[in-house]
Amino acid sequence: MSDKIIEVKNLTKSFGDFQAVKDVSFTVYKGDVFGFLGPNGAGKSTTIRCMLSLIKPDSGQILLFGKSLANSRSEILSRTGSIIEKPDFYKYLSAYRNLELFSGISGKPSSKKEIYEMLDFVGLSGREKDNVGGFSHGMKQRLGVAQTLLHNPDLIILDEPTTGLDPQGIIDIRNLILRLRNEQHKTILLSSHILSEIEIISNRMVIISKGKSVVEGTVSELLNSEELIVNFELDDLEVGMKLVSNHFPSSNLVKINDAHFQASITKQQISEINKLLLAHGINIYSIESKRKLEDYFIKIINN
Amino acid sequence: MLFRSVYNEFVKIAAKPRSYLGIGSIVILVSIILFALKADGLSFISFVTASFEQTLTFQGNILNGNLIAFIILQMLIIHIPLLVALVTGDLVSGEAAMGTIRMLLTKPISRTKLLLSKFIAGGVYTLLITVFLGFMAVVVGKLMFGSGDLIVLNSDGLVILQQDDINWRYFGAFTVAFLALLTVSSISICLSCFSDNSIGPIVATMAIIILFTIVGTLDVKIFDGIRPYLFTTHMASWRSFFEDPLPVNQILQSVTILLIHNAILIVVSIIQFNKKDITS
Repeated sequence: MSDKIIEVKNLTKSFGDFQAVKDVSFTVYKGDVFGFLGPNGAGKSTTIRCMLSLIKPDSGQILLFGKSLANSRSEILSRTGSIIEKPDFYKYLSAYRNLELFSGISGKPSSKKEIYEMLDFVGLSGREKDNVGGFSHGMKQRLGVAQTLLHNPDLIILDEPTTGLDPQGIIDIRNLILRLRNEQHKTILLSSHILSEIEIISNRMVIISKGKSVVEGTVSELLNSEELIVNFELDDLEVGMKLVSNHFPSSNLVKINDAHFQASITKQQISEINKLLLAHGINIYSIESKRKLEDYFIKIINN
Repeated sequence: MLFRSVYNEFVKIAAKPRSYLGIGSIVILVSIILFALKADGLSFISFVTASFEQTLTFQGNILNGNLIAFIILQMLIIHIPLLVALVTGDLVSGEAAMGTIRMLLTKPISRTKLLLSKFIAGGVYTLLITVFLGFMAVVVGKLMFGSGDLIVLNSDGLVILQQDDINWRYFGAFTVAFLALLTVSSISICLSCFSDNSIGPIVATMAIIILFTIVGTLDVKIFDGIRPYLFTTHMASWRSFFEDPLPVNQILQSVTILLIHNAILIVVSIIQFNKKDITS
């Protein structure tokens, strides 16, 4: 990996006596979809606001595209698109007029045709002339995405982009991010409460807690380095559990009900147990891996 | 980028219903005054000139467009600051309250340029309000009442100005009135930089005007030192244009103090806006 797009080093920010961010560091590389995780109040939004020059950090360094915000703010922001928390627009102006205003000061003003195309891209075709005041939260979110992408930025920062959306809205935003990653190869920093989203979309991530970065790495490495919690559904539970217990003594078996048991095992051991049970004539109806980012996240935060 | 940002500010001001409140208020208030004076203006004039009637005889059309414009200006110049602050006090804090300030400041325009564009847009709005007030008072007043010599009562007594010697005085008076209103606009934008609430700066601006006006009119010695430097002291300097001879030094002093106020307010606003953390 090369081409560091974001480098945050030892970032610290206090509001009065409250230290919102203490010593946060992470790196985002070109083409990453970078998951930025942390519980509420962990300092995610403060970090993102520092990265976009909305808040001045007390100490630490932020480099975007290898340049510091202090010296190259205008150049950096012209290559960056962002949604911070929820996109807010001028309610008394139309969707088109809102995009026109923001586009005009984006460094790369868009033509009327480009704005209409972008509104079409985010599914707001036909609503161009409607005042934003009448838009639903999902529509505003899509307009926010349009505002973010209109000047074709190299880096996209999305802070909780799916907050308040209905399931279809969440799927739409997720698909949009995947399109941006796969078709346009954008670098994306994604902060989200929906951890499964990060698991599906992101290739790298950092977890921050109480203002500090706790762990950083590729999503697959971080998740695969951990034991999985796997549920097995069998026709002969007693025999099956005895077999697994004998061959994998450290698997911490737990009987859930008459048909299910749970084991703490590695990814490789799933197929070994599968073969073992089949070899002894035990039918397996389902194998469900429970080790997900949620569990990993909670474990990291609690530690 | 500054030009584009100024355009954006005009679009926003033009789209806000409250921006038309000023224009609407002027139309209603001036119309009421014009129709009231049309209906019963002579008794109003008799009341004002009663003390002179034993020593002076007034001939010709005293109740003319020039006098009407003077009366309107005197009545409304106290109330126009509220209409100006209603729009300009919202320019920064309104964006914070709406959340759009986040969106604006993540664009590659500097905070200084963004704020200057708001000052420029606020200034142009103030100019439009002043010009509209001038149009309603002078042009409509003359259309309804005709032209004539202007008789003005000031602290030195009665001043009679020939009708062909008046238009430039109105131009000067409205220019100084504009500078006074521009100061109100600058105060409200400055206060707006310290607040994330859109109503606070508007109320605070009016409170400052009321407070300074009271301080300026209270005949107490301890206020003598600061009175000449209060902008409210110079808000009524437009009246100086209707004195004969023209108190040039007094007018220049007022203009200078109002300009200094504006410059200081702009600098303070830029410093505050640049160091402000956007947490809204």
